[in-house]
Amino acid sequence: MDKNMVDLVVTSSPHIRDKVKTSGIMMDVLIALIPATIAGLWFFGAKHTLGVIVISILSAIAAEYLSCWMFRRKPSLSDLSAVVTGLLLALTLPPSSPYWMVVVGAFAAIIVGKEIFGGIGSNPFNPALVGRAVLMISWPTYMTTWVKPFTKSVFPSTAAVTTATPLNIIKLKGYSALLANFGGSVNLYKSLFFGNVGGCIGETSALLLLIGGLYLIIRKVIDWRIPTFYIATVFVLSPLFHRDPVFSILAGGLFLGAFFMATDYSSSPITSKGRIWYAISLGFLTVILRQFGASPEGVMYSILIVDCFVPFFDKMIPRAYGHFVKKEVKA
Amino acid sequence: MKLFTFKPGGVHPKESKLTKDKAFVRLKPPKIVVIPLSQHIGAPNTSLVKVGDHVKIGQVIGSAKAFVSAPVHSSVSGEVIAIEPRPHPLGTKVPSVVIKNDFKDEWVEDIKKISSLEEVQPKDLVGIIRDKGIVGMGGATFPTAVKLSPPKGKLIDTLIANGAECEPYLTTDYRTMLEFPDKIIDGLLIEIRITGAKHAFIAVENNKEDAAELLEKRVKTRGLKNIEVVLVKTKYPQGGEKQLIKAVLGKEVPSGKLPLEVGAVVENVGTLKAIAEAVFEGKPLIERGTTVSGTAIKNPGNYIIRIGTTVEDIIDQTGGLTKKLRKLIFGGPMMGLAQSTVEVPAIKGTSGILFFGEEALDMAPQDESPCIRCSRCVDFCPMGLMPVLIDHASRRNDLKLAESLNATDCIECGVCSYVCPAKRHLTENIRKAKQKILKQRKIEAAKQAAFEKLKALREKQAKEAQEKLKKEVK
Repeated sequence: MDKNMVDLVVTSSPHIRDKVKTSGIMMDVLIALIPATIAGLWFFGAKHTLGVIVISILSAIAAEYLSCWMFRRKPSLSDLSAVVTGLLLALTLPPSSPYWMVVVGAFAAIIVGKEIFGGIGSNPFNPALVGRAVLMISWPTYMTTWVKPFTKSVFPSTAAVTTATPLNIIKLKGYSALLANFGGSVNLYKSLFFGNVGGCIGETSALLLLIGGLYLIIRKVIDWRIPTFYIATVFVLSPLFHRDPVFSILAGGLFLGAFFMATDYSSSPITSKGRIWYAISLGFLTVILRQFGASPEGVMYSILIVDCFVPFFDKMIPRAYGHFVKKEVKA
Repeated sequence: MKLFTFKPGGVHPKESKLTKDKAFVRLKPPKIVVIPLSQHIGAPNTSLVKVGDHVKIGQVIGSAKAFVSAPVHSSVSGEVIAIEPRPHPLGTKVPSVVIKNDFKDEWVEDIKKISSLEEVQPKDLVGIIRDKGIVGMGGATFPTAVKLSPPKGKLIDTLIANGAECEPYLTTDYRTMLEFPDKIIDGLLIEIRITGAKHAFIAVENNKEDAAELLEKRVKTRGLKNIEVVLVKTKYPQGGEKQLIKAVLGKEVPSGKLPLEVGAVVENVGTLKAIAEAVFEGKPLIERGTTVSGTAIKNPGNYIIRIGTTVEDIIDQTGGLTKKLRKLIFGGPMMGLAQSTVEVPAIKGTSGILFFGEEALDMAPQDESPCIRCSRCVDFCPMGLMPVLIDHASRRNDLKLAESLNATDCIECGVCSYVCPAKRHLTENIRKAKQKILKQRKIEAAKQAAFEKLKALREKQAKEAQEKLKKEVK
């Protein structure tokens, strides 16, 4: 035989790999966010909202590029994680956010939230929520000014176009005022489910977030346990504080947080059992913060706080094959 | 038929069984065979022949005194032209007997055949299996006679014939089941006679239902009540010994123990065929069925190849390559070993030889990106381990941590690396940690033994000195 036909490469097994790539997973997250993003544009007007989204994504990419250069790290833009962080941050901002603030938020998210910890996979907190928390602390007024859906101008120049989020109304005036506002609980649920309420760009429509979340679960990108146990815990615990459970799970950022934030790989536990307890802790803390916290919503801080305990949840290691918890070695 | 599977974990890679419908073809024996003296797990054999000797087919050319070993036989008749280290599929050079074929195909004369199992003692059957050099032919190459000789007090009550063949590309076991179903059943009957097992299963993955049905028909026709054919779900690594036991018997082999611990023995169907041929035909393990497949070989197929035939000869005999050969794999793509030269010979454990061109480099990208903690490796590990954490420990050389994460339970099936979206070399790093831990344990054991010995010696000396003192005092 012809020896020139042979030029062998030796590598370790396995010699085949699954096609799933980091960038593919990120692309799936982006696809899953499309419905909620379009809804945000639809409800709050594309004119300014689109700017917030695009600027957030571009700033995130710029921040990633800058930090890779700063930390002498291999450019990691191709994994698309910066795009995901940028989009997620935009979806957690009020539609009327000034552009300069979005830029600051995106840089905070990428650099403080991710890169200083070592980049993708090493961040203990969800980067988008770190960015949001920085903005929340720095410019609380901008971060809590909400516009009504379908208003011509997003800039709340007059009091008429500003509104309060449903959770806000509850906090300030109580549930009966909220019901009066929406004309009965069925109308309220409907508005929350389809998204016709004031709030962040991407958080208003529970239905569209659910569709995106289910897509991620079916594609096996996220573990069903985190959103399920998180939302279920809120549902079960809310009545203890005389809150309507259906309202509690549909309102605010719970669906966005449960499906897209709490499931962030890097800042969530790696075992099934750990994830269940992580999700239950999130639900517990969210209910507590909503009831007793200074601000009406508690999803963001819940996730950031419980993220601190992920190393603890990671200790919940499953039983390995051939290791028996009880001494039940069968003969 | 019942359908079983193991849980949790496992994956289903593209099956790529290109040679499914290719019946076994016997390859012409080569001009020269290279027979490594060591083709099994255990003590290496020493050569019984010397350069210039004339040998016949089936003649023992290497053996060892150790219990865990298996002799090797000449696969051709001819002249021994060299005994020297030659490339071995395990990646090192191993002393090998090189024989020039005289193409007379002369067999050794004293072939003993058994006609009825009842006339032989189980002990003697084990002896035959040992003398004929039978080892596990699924790839593990553990000497079969050793497997069938449990230590006192341990009972084997269940046998499982392993026809899962969960590795992509490989079709050797499938063709064996289709073409030699009765030999597999005979092999099981021999093992039943040896072990006194009450029940035997033949487990076949449900992508090979035709083979399972054929086997069941044969079992029924022969009126064998103690053999049951069962289906197992097509999932990798369903054919792993531990996974198969879990699937079929619902039991787990305790960590660090053999299947014997749960009263089970798992035997590859090819091995069972070899056992039947050894006992009823007196034939030693001098040839085996092997899948030759991949994208770079002109005529993929299932071939019966003499042990010691080099890859070079196999390429020539089957019609050559279609493109530049960039990757040569012995075994399946998940657990097989990549080879560095075409001079390696097919040996007893060679269940498949895969040939790939340039595309092999894309099939297994080597560039790692950072771990994103997606936990796919955790979710899919068939042993319930934490591959990502063991990998981290291994990279930091923290063997204590790796050990506490049960690194030594890893079966190196490759699933973690396969599913990793960051293409990290998890299996490789876990294997490294595992090897280091096992080496350390050996050293520790040796140290302990030396210490005990020294302690005993010191005690003896002290005692003697005391007695001497006593005497002097008296």
